[in-house]
Amino acid sequence: MSDPVPKPTIALIIDDEVQIRRLLRLTLEANGYKVFEAVDGQSGLLEAGQRRPEVVLLDLGLPDMDGLTVLKRLREWSRVPVVVLSVRDQEEDKIAALDHGADDYVTKPFSTGELLARLRVAQRHTQPTPETAVFRSGEVAVDFVRRVVSRGSQEVKLTATEYSLLALLARHAGRVMTHRQLLTDVWGPNAVEHTHYLRVYVAHLREKLEADANQPKLLITEAGVGYRLIEL
Amino acid sequence: MNERTRPNPDVLLAAIQKTEADRQRGRLKVFLGMSPGVGKTFAMLEAARRELAAGREVVIGYVETHGRKETDALTQGLPAIPRRTVEYRGVTFTEMDLDAILARRPQLVLVDEFAHTNAPGSRHPKRYQDVTELVAAGLDVYTTLNIQHVESRAEAVRQITAAAIRETVPDTALDGAEFELVDLTPEELRARLAAGKVYLGQAAQAAQENFFRPGNLAALRELALRFAAEHVGQDVLAYRQAAGIGDPWKSGQRLVVAVGPSPTSAALVRWTKRLAGELQAPWYAVYVELPQPLNPSATARLAKNLTLARELGGQIIHTTDAAVARGILRVAREQNATQLVVGKPLSTSWLDWLRGGSLLDQLIRLSGNIDVHAVRAEGETGPFQRPEWPRFDSFSFQGWGLAVGVVAGVTGLNGLLQHQLGYQSLALVYLFSVVALAMFVGRWPTLLAATLTALLWDFLFVPPVFTFRISETTDLMLFLTYFAVALAMGHLAARLRAEQTAERRREERATALYLLTRELANATDFTDLLAIIIREVGKTFRAEVAINLPDEAGTGGLTRYFASSWAMSEKEEGVADWAFRRQQPAGRSTDTLPSAEGLHLPLLVTDRIGGVLSLRFREAAELDSAQRDLLEAFVRQIALVVDRQRLRTTVQEAKLLAESERLSKALLNSISHELRTPIAAITSASSGLVDLGEAENPALRRVLTGEIRTAATRLNRLVGNLLDMTRLESGHMKLRREWCDLADLVSVALRQLERELTRHVIINQLPPGLPLVQIDFVLMEQVLVNLLLNAALHTPSGTRVTISAEVSPKDIAIIVADNGPGIAPEALPHLFDKFYRAPGAAAGGSGLGLSIVRGFVDAQGGQVSAQNRHGGGAEFTVRLPLQAAPPSLEANE
Repeated sequence: MSDPVPKPTIALIIDDEVQIRRLLRLTLEANGYKVFEAVDGQSGLLEAGQRRPEVVLLDLGLPDMDGLTVLKRLREWSRVPVVVLSVRDQEEDKIAALDHGADDYVTKPFSTGELLARLRVAQRHTQPTPETAVFRSGEVAVDFVRRVVSRGSQEVKLTATEYSLLALLARHAGRVMTHRQLLTDVWGPNAVEHTHYLRVYVAHLREKLEADANQPKLLITEAGVGYRLIEL
Repeated sequence: MNERTRPNPDVLLAAIQKTEADRQRGRLKVFLGMSPGVGKTFAMLEAARRELAAGREVVIGYVETHGRKETDALTQGLPAIPRRTVEYRGVTFTEMDLDAILARRPQLVLVDEFAHTNAPGSRHPKRYQDVTELVAAGLDVYTTLNIQHVESRAEAVRQITAAAIRETVPDTALDGAEFELVDLTPEELRARLAAGKVYLGQAAQAAQENFFRPGNLAALRELALRFAAEHVGQDVLAYRQAAGIGDPWKSGQRLVVAVGPSPTSAALVRWTKRLAGELQAPWYAVYVELPQPLNPSATARLAKNLTLARELGGQIIHTTDAAVARGILRVAREQNATQLVVGKPLSTSWLDWLRGGSLLDQLIRLSGNIDVHAVRAEGETGPFQRPEWPRFDSFSFQGWGLAVGVVAGVTGLNGLLQHQLGYQSLALVYLFSVVALAMFVGRWPTLLAATLTALLWDFLFVPPVFTFRISETTDLMLFLTYFAVALAMGHLAARLRAEQTAERRREERATALYLLTRELANATDFTDLLAIIIREVGKTFRAEVAINLPDEAGTGGLTRYFASSWAMSEKEEGVADWAFRRQQPAGRSTDTLPSAEGLHLPLLVTDRIGGVLSLRFREAAELDSAQRDLLEAFVRQIALVVDRQRLRTTVQEAKLLAESERLSKALLNSISHELRTPIAAITSASSGLVDLGEAENPALRRVLTGEIRTAATRLNRLVGNLLDMTRLESGHMKLRREWCDLADLVSVALRQLERELTRHVIINQLPPGLPLVQIDFVLMEQVLVNLLLNAALHTPSGTRVTISAEVSPKDIAIIVADNGPGIAPEALPHLFDKFYRAPGAAAGGSGLGLSIVRGFVDAQGGQVSAQNRHGGGAEFTVRLPLQAAPPSLEANE
């Protein structure tokens, strides 16, 4: 890697709509990506094998096979970050994709800024970063080593469960975490149906961390899917 | 147009309907003869061969040649339907195969011996019924018939030949038939008979001496000729009516004949039919049921007489009254009868004097402007039968006992009183006891008491005592007066009781009908209605009941209603099916398939059939005429209700169709407008961008891209609404209920609308610590988004929009209120209707948002309402039911 110019990130777009592919290609190329396209699931998997993309944009509605199937096949041999393109009213599909290893999703129609942000977050998680001891977002800081959370200069008292939840979200900051992922990690696999745990603890966390708990800026609800901790 | 010759519209209509019906029905041609052996079968076969030569498809359904050679020869070359063999008690019969003929559907069928009686177990007991079915199925039929077998002539033939006629054909079966008289002079017939062309050997000899005497034959020939002539006359009349020639009804006469269980009634019925035929008048047979029940044999004779009247084309009217004369006249007046036919009494009875004259006397006295025919009716069988004597049932025995007891008691009392009162006053005590007794016992015990008291008074108290002699004239007068008054009182009181009984019966009948009607009126829906019918009919007639409804698929078949109390066998279903197709009663105690277990009655309203009501009676006995009458009334009522229900369904379907048409029209209007507006904006803005040069006028560029973005958002929202609507309408909306935090919900909705709500002041007044609710988060988010957007769209900028919540033990209310202009009162009831847009509403709404709100809230078991606030502005309230609190958090703190 002696090349001084930053090597462009290779992105693979798997979508059957030519207009979407064209727009995505323009957007991504303008932002320093090298773009490959595939029009269906089969060729998408083939391209993924050949081009070794660093990020994949996968449409859930493909003509030849279910987007979820493509994702599962891909995950059999690759840990490449995948961002799913979906439409409204596909919450179940989104959740299934996330639970099967997709890194994030965007809902059509989406803005360019939103898409690029998601892609960046998704890529970062696969890059071997030095373990950051402290996560910061706006006024809030989470010290993973000392297990201490502070807001501004004030230390915030959290219960053990509240801390576990917050730490989990912070480690995946910027990324959506599904209810199932959160419940399994914090409460164990038997608790996946108990979404009311999450509602209660998220409300507690907001009370303690947000400037206005009724208008949260940090801990965001993704309707029907899960939660996301924003890096401010 | 000449008033006199203008055809009566009713007659014309009937003629048109008849022509319509005739087009579908086949034609029946009857080869009529005066007796066997005149060559009817021969003539029929010859005529059939002519038809065959003319190219028609002719088959022999059933022809009996009796081994006559010439006749045999004529059947050659005519295809014959193989006969059906029937086994009955070890004897094999061959019968016409009705189903095979119906399956083959030839144009013309030859069926010999119209009056034949079928073997037991056949579909119909009589062959003429088979023929009627063939004709109704559209097949032409040739058949043969002797005059002696015609119902209305059978009596005359019996009188002429003294031979009993067993197989008769009702005149109605011959309605609309064409007749060809096969005529032979008596001499020629006897010659044929002698030549052995009719009967062979010994039989010929016997026949010649009995039935075929010249005098008999001449009379039979006259009967046949007259019958044929009459039918030609009817055809001419029908033609005249159709052509508008002359007055169709000679005189506007209406005839009523009184029918009872007496065997002479049959002759009366035949007489009336003949008179009605001559007068071209409609006629009615009236039976007056008395309070005293008939014995079984009388019931059977009555049923036979009424059936005869029905078969001869009369209409049966059944009524209940304590007095026969009064009942008959009441019906006659109701029917506007002009002539009344009754039997001439063969003897007078002393009882008639008591009753106020014989039936005939009473009728003549009370009939007013109705003419009364007293017809000397000859009994068909045996001597005149005396009317039934009062029956000594258990109640009567009690009556007799009571009468004797009272007489004894009062006599004792009088013995005590005689010194105080004097013997003349004692008569009053006796009289009082007789009158009192008459209130409780029947006529005959009262009369006994009257007689006994009169004699006892005379014997014990009138001087000289202990003799029946009466010395004083005044005492004699008193005795006679007492006797007359006591008898009269007893008679009157008894009649009063009888009338009460009759009244009670009528009332029972009316009550049963009323109860049925009331129950039917209570039905909430069709299923309920059917359940009520099954229950009520089953209860009233002690029967298992099945309702058969036409197939919904419209295949013309029947389906048994699943909740029927009678699970019919396949055979019974076949009978019900027949009743349905032919629109006639079938099964037990009918002419069709009488061997069936159940009675199957079509539910007919004019020409529409709503199904078939099938009954299996728990008791083996036949229905008596009152029950039959009630059943008929029930069926009429049920048919009406079922028909009305069906019409209502049809109307509802039509309404639904119209509604869906209206909706799709509104959808098209709304959608095309809603889609075009943002598309137009995008098109013009983007073409503006293309026209703008590179890097020219960046401000305008920003405005144009902003417009595109706004339009795209609007389009996206519309598509979202349409998808939501589709989801709601499909009825397959899957709810993902989970415990949700309302504060979270509101924050999500507000975040989504950040851009849209910039011009309004949003006040979030949710109280802290709201309980969790089990709802579909995404649907509820959409509900809130739509409510907020609605507020944003219909209020001026700067309006305050407040979101608050109220908790009650049962539910939780989320309230979105604004201080804008409020909702027009006339718009309030329609606010949540699909595609409804309030008058003068701002552009940009599709009329879908609020209807989706209602749909989504309903789906989650909640309620949404809108109202105007006191201080001005609109207020929308969504109420969601509160469930039990979620399972408590596990204590892992």
